[in-house]
Amino acid sequence: MMDGITPEAARHILPAGPGKVVGRGVARIEDGPLLRGEGRFAADVNFPRQLHMRVVRAELAHARLLRVDASAARTMPGVVAVWTAEDVAEIPPIPFRATKVRGLEPYCQPVLARDRLRYVGEPVAVVFADDAYRAEDAAEMVVVEAEELPVLLDATAPPAEFAPGLDTEPTVVRKEYGEVGAAFRAAHAVVELELSVGRHSGVPLETRGAIARYDASSDVLELHGTAKKQHWNRDEIARLLGRPPNGVHLFEGHVGGGFGVRGELYPEDLLVCAAALRLRRPIKWIEDRREHFVATNHSREQHHRIRAAVDAEGRLLAIDDAFFHDQGAYVRTHGARVADLAAGMLPGPYRLPAYRVAGHFRLTNKTPAATYRAPGRFETTFVRERLMDAIAHRLGLDPVEVRRRNLVAAAEMPFARPLDTLGTDIILDSGDYEGLLDKALARFGWDAMQEELAARRAAGECVGAGLAFFVEKSGLGPSDGVRISIDATGAVELVSGAASVGQGVETVLAQICAEALGVDYARVRVVHGRTDRIEFGNGAHASRVTVMSGSATWEAALAVREMALETAGTLLQLPPSELTIAEGVVCRADGATGPSVTLAEVARRMGPNAPEMRGRTPGLTAERWFWSDHMAYPYGVHLAQLRIDRGTGAVTVERYLVANDIGRAINPVLVEGQIRGGFAQGLGGALFEEFRYDPQGQPLSTTFADYLIPTIAEMPVVDVLIAEDAPSPLNPLGVKGAGEGGTNAVGAAFAAAVDDALRRPGAVTSLPILPAQVRRMLDGAA
Amino acid sequence: MKPAPFAYHDPRSIEEVLDLLASLDNARLLAGGQSLMPMLNMRVAFPDHLIDLNRVEGLTGIMEEGGSIRIGAMTRQRDIEESEVIRARLPLLAEALSHVGHRQTRNRGTIGGSLCNLDPSAELVAVATALDAVLEVQGSAGIRELSIHDFPVGFMTPALAPEEMLTAIRLPVPPAGHGTAFTEFARRHGDYAIVSAAVLLVLEGSRIARASLTLGGVGAGPLRLRTAEAMLVGGAPSEATFGAAAAECAGIEAMSDPQAPAWYRRRLSAVLTRRALETAAARAAV
Repeated sequence: MMDGITPEAARHILPAGPGKVVGRGVARIEDGPLLRGEGRFAADVNFPRQLHMRVVRAELAHARLLRVDASAARTMPGVVAVWTAEDVAEIPPIPFRATKVRGLEPYCQPVLARDRLRYVGEPVAVVFADDAYRAEDAAEMVVVEAEELPVLLDATAPPAEFAPGLDTEPTVVRKEYGEVGAAFRAAHAVVELELSVGRHSGVPLETRGAIARYDASSDVLELHGTAKKQHWNRDEIARLLGRPPNGVHLFEGHVGGGFGVRGELYPEDLLVCAAALRLRRPIKWIEDRREHFVATNHSREQHHRIRAAVDAEGRLLAIDDAFFHDQGAYVRTHGARVADLAAGMLPGPYRLPAYRVAGHFRLTNKTPAATYRAPGRFETTFVRERLMDAIAHRLGLDPVEVRRRNLVAAAEMPFARPLDTLGTDIILDSGDYEGLLDKALARFGWDAMQEELAARRAAGECVGAGLAFFVEKSGLGPSDGVRISIDATGAVELVSGAASVGQGVETVLAQICAEALGVDYARVRVVHGRTDRIEFGNGAHASRVTVMSGSATWEAALAVREMALETAGTLLQLPPSELTIAEGVVCRADGATGPSVTLAEVARRMGPNAPEMRGRTPGLTAERWFWSDHMAYPYGVHLAQLRIDRGTGAVTVERYLVANDIGRAINPVLVEGQIRGGFAQGLGGALFEEFRYDPQGQPLSTTFADYLIPTIAEMPVVDVLIAEDAPSPLNPLGVKGAGEGGTNAVGAAFAAAVDDALRRPGAVTSLPILPAQVRRMLDGAA
Repeated sequence: MKPAPFAYHDPRSIEEVLDLLASLDNARLLAGGQSLMPMLNMRVAFPDHLIDLNRVEGLTGIMEEGGSIRIGAMTRQRDIEESEVIRARLPLLAEALSHVGHRQTRNRGTIGGSLCNLDPSAELVAVATALDAVLEVQGSAGIRELSIHDFPVGFMTPALAPEEMLTAIRLPVPPAGHGTAFTEFARRHGDYAIVSAAVLLVLEGSRIARASLTLGGVGAGPLRLRTAEAMLVGGAPSEATFGAAAAECAGIEAMSDPQAPAWYRRRLSAVLTRRALETAAARAAV
């Protein structure tokens, strides 16, 4: 199980407990410019002579595209060019970066619609003008002639034709192990549910943006306003536009929220790049909010038909699930990843002898979908935990007890499931699930609360509580590298191929670096999201940065430390083993007074002109890589207490606890922030957010008045219990990702608590839970 | 989300505004801009001329005149909410305003802007209806007075001629012994209400002498519940009376939209009416 740790690093496993700076809630180093209003978001990027791009989007959900007439638009003031599909015929459709599934290529999205319109919001044409207002005026003059076709809006309906010879079910994700049929035949009871999760997604404060500039003097194409996956996007943009990757550079400024949806390769990214090359002027595109709601990846919408076979004690014998994943109109960069994750992660924390799943990956005439914070897990935790509640009810067991009986035990770790996801085998690396459940119940005062709720119910109140256990995944490999250098002034620079979507990457990597090096974390300059500074990188997604880039940082910093001690040892005439580094000064480790030397001086002695460095690669610098074939699996439990207004059906959260074991919290304050922010998005999916469509496929949720994200007024106080009981054995820091556990189980916990308040087990079968539905359920309960 | 081209006018007096309105085609008045600006940006509204009222003299202020409070059309919602006079004399208005958008939007939004926008769910429209507001409308022919009940002539359409503007609103102060309450249900705080209820009760001894019940959000405009009002007058402020009045909501015509089906609006109407009646009665009794 030590496959993530190189022999070199195994000697340097981060000791348990708070260090000098690791494990402490130190202030974020990236906040200065943000608080002063000096941040640089996509819309802040401007270049002289830039043109503004405006996208003309389909207004029909499904139609044959007959003609696009741009002649009037081309004559509008300030317009430099108008492109339709013919003008970008040589650009291939948007490719996949994350799928093993073959045969999806015909379902890729073209950068501009060619002969079919498949969803409202699909790019049909683009206008380039000298001013954003004029670009929008001209876009209104582009005439799209199309012949309406029947729309498909329900992924559970029989598939229709996508194109001749292709239907709207590109693939079915199947996974199976164990004797499923036998288990159902031998079962004491079979519990069967039909459950669905609504369509919602990440709606970052900052919409997407892309600013491309071609520097003809050096033959370099630059793309600014990028996020998440700079290196992969660089390679693909280069390939699709027929350029060498070293002639394309991507730059990341500040990113106002990513959540999975930002930073994937979208049609607009290719269009600005192609236009910058062809029109020889910088091209700026900033997505507006209405566009965002129909153009940026949707997520989540799934419908599950699930059955469980259980024995007389409520132990799972088998699960058999068929689900329908509403992918929207095209398969985008993720391929079938979310369906694959759902299929692989559904079993969660429970022992499951046999399992069969068929994930029907289906296209509809809606905005294409992909990953959103806790993809495939928010959905399947809802499904699995609804199932556990149903089993408890069927067998007359307490919901906590039925979970206890099924949780994988600490002694069984690492626990290998005969399953894979994201191309990695699912091996739960470490965990004490029941231990964390006990801690969480104690912290919440679960038993005392039950008595209190009973008394309040007796007094007429409609109150309830529920819980949901989850397993997350994090630290997706395969690799990440970090280069750390100390210059002749003693300044430390850390260059990483990771990206920052605002989560605190700079601070966390600086903390790890400072811990190893003995320098001030606040003075470590962290460079990220730039393809011109480091050749490789895997970006920021899948809760991977602290695990992967953090581990690479740790190893690189230790390597620099070793170099510094060696050189200092020569200077100070002491063996390196008797030296340490404190506050940027190499000194005696035993605390005795004696000669010392600054890292700046050490770096000078290692410079290219130092006589000692003749014949050696100069510089106090090291680059180290970290590899991992397996993911680290954080886990936790959400507990919710809520009340329902019998008059209106409105749900009010009274108390909420997220207990999350992430192995090791590098910065507990940032972890709490991740969990609370993640909860807010889970709350949105549980009670508020939904992309809705009318029967013609017209989107009904295209403003913040219709797509309801929770505000501060809806956000309860969320208690957070960070546990470090089960460090990951897969990396030297023992860390697991903390980005998604706050979101994962919110829908499931709310469903259980609403059931409990209504005294109607199994009442909630879909998310979001809407007040009108609750009002209906109250009628049924009466 | 950039507006289509329009000509911008920045008059300083009511007379200038009226001249512009009389001479320009397809002009819109810009008050606080909390609805109109998004409509412009989303290209839902396409005026050729935008007449900005924000620097026009004589359109703001809150004054008690005789038995009424007169509020200038351009008075900011936040100023009304915080006004001592309003809190003392028309607490229903202050209570409703706490549900209107958010503090930031109320700093900018005006009472006249909200009334003329006539959103079916707008709290201020419901309150003006409950309090039998009188509107002062000015045109080239002079000033005319208009009852709030005659103001809506269609969905989001006020009874204003193209060359007219709303300049002030007068709200009669209810007699001593009254109590008011405003209740609403919105999915989130600050959203337009799915349903709101504005109630005024005047008690004389142990009897209800006057009752005013208005629902917002159920249909194209505010709905005054005249039948329920008649049921209340003369009765005792009791659970049974209020229950019977609220039950009248089961028969109202309510709209269905993506936010809420009609049955749910009717249910909410009954619940909110009953709660508002109970609160208003308790306040009247104090």
